[in-house]
Amino acid sequence: MTRVSAATDARVVAETVTDPELPMLTLADLGVLRAVRTEADGAVVVEITPTYSGCPAMGAMRADLVRALRAAGFGDVDVRTVLSPPWSTDWISAEGRRKLAAHGIAPPGRAPARSPGPVPLQLGPARRTAACPQCGSPDTVEQSEFGATACKALRRCRSCGEPFEHVKEI
Amino acid sequence: MAHQATDGQALDDTDGSAGHWAFGTGFDEPLAGVDTTVPDGIDPADLGEYCLMLGDDALLLAQRLIQWITACPELEEEIAVANMALDLLGQARLLLARAGAAGVLGRSRQQAGGSIPDEDALAYFRDADEFRSTGLVEAPNGDFAQTMVRLLAAATVRLAVFARLRRSRDPVLAAIAAKGVNELAYHRDHAARWVLRLGDGTAESRRRAQAGADAVWPLLADIFTPADLEERLTAAGVAVDPAGVREEVTAVLTQVLDQATLRLPAWPGEAPPRGRTGGYGPERAELLGTLQGLARRHPEAAW
Repeated sequence: MTRVSAATDARVVAETVTDPELPMLTLADLGVLRAVRTEADGAVVVEITPTYSGCPAMGAMRADLVRALRAAGFGDVDVRTVLSPPWSTDWISAEGRRKLAAHGIAPPGRAPARSPGPVPLQLGPARRTAACPQCGSPDTVEQSEFGATACKALRRCRSCGEPFEHVKEI
Repeated sequence: MAHQATDGQALDDTDGSAGHWAFGTGFDEPLAGVDTTVPDGIDPADLGEYCLMLGDDALLLAQRLIQWITACPELEEEIAVANMALDLLGQARLLLARAGAAGVLGRSRQQAGGSIPDEDALAYFRDADEFRSTGLVEAPNGDFAQTMVRLLAAATVRLAVFARLRRSRDPVLAAIAAKGVNELAYHRDHAARWVLRLGDGTAESRRRAQAGADAVWPLLADIFTPADLEERLTAAGVAVDPAGVREEVTAVLTQVLDQATLRLPAWPGEAPPRGRTGGYGPERAELLGTLQGLARRHPEAAW
């Protein structure tokens, strides 16, 4: 068995912790887990970033990370919030996208490019597209830009008629 | 040590073994672990007060929006309104925590118990004259059309300010703004699409959208007038001069109303800043009554 460093161990443990609202994804899949490192004194520092400013799950994520790391023998755990750069759906891993689709949630497309200047007004319907996670049809329509959690929109498939959630690009 | 205490509390909460204060989230200080040192050359009192201005606008607009819960015209819209309010509440939490970290707490600390975090003390235990929000966000909702026109105006102003604040010399404020920009773009465009749909809809929806615009436009009178503090902080590279976003805001609002086939109301004359300097009317007092009443009546309540 290969001997691994404490830092690697802590990272492996942190990467098993799942998202409270999308439990099929780990925080690493979601791109919320930004860094795990072990200080010289053995303390583990974990950095996480909120998806949205009002993400109500940050507290649960912090508690889950601390609990998992303590259970693995890391007594001194400090979970820190990082705000910059802001989270983007582009940070959801390929594995995370696969898991979302497997659970009936359409993964996001590419996030809109953000320029440093004014944000242009978009008055037409959102240009997002998403294939139906049930039947695969690309013929789907957005019903609401806002869904049961901040990161999801509601869509419906015109082919099979099923409604589904879509992680909207941000 | 503070972080360890927070973690321990969070664990206790999750385990259900300890109650926490009933009116806060109880688990998390939103800037936990963020370096909140105020950079050299920035007056902490000014920075904190500026964060109150931005945070109070978000808090009170969120409070107005959630008054629509159970009353929206359709279920999807109720979810949308709740989502937008949650985004704004998140922005408010970060900004009030930033104000508290800069040492600006007003009289709230004398009124709030010691276990209540700064952000909650600021939200629940400041009196109306200590708020720094604008009349634009405090005004009653009116009907759904007026609510969407007000959201359009408020989100357009806030988005323009936040887009510029991404370059603030305070890195915490810049990071809060960068997150907020992505959210506010959704809010503004959502409200704009409603104004199009209502303005260019039936005779009744059009009448209501026009009445909403006529009611909201006068609230823009003091939006573009900087308070002294905003001028000082703009010169220091920390804040955004609201006068500097007037052109962008008027262009966006004009475009939406034109496309909605609504008559553009007369732009109000420029008035001195009112809410930003502590002035307020019965709307703020009424809104704070519903926001703060329960927490003040039962300041030690826990669950």
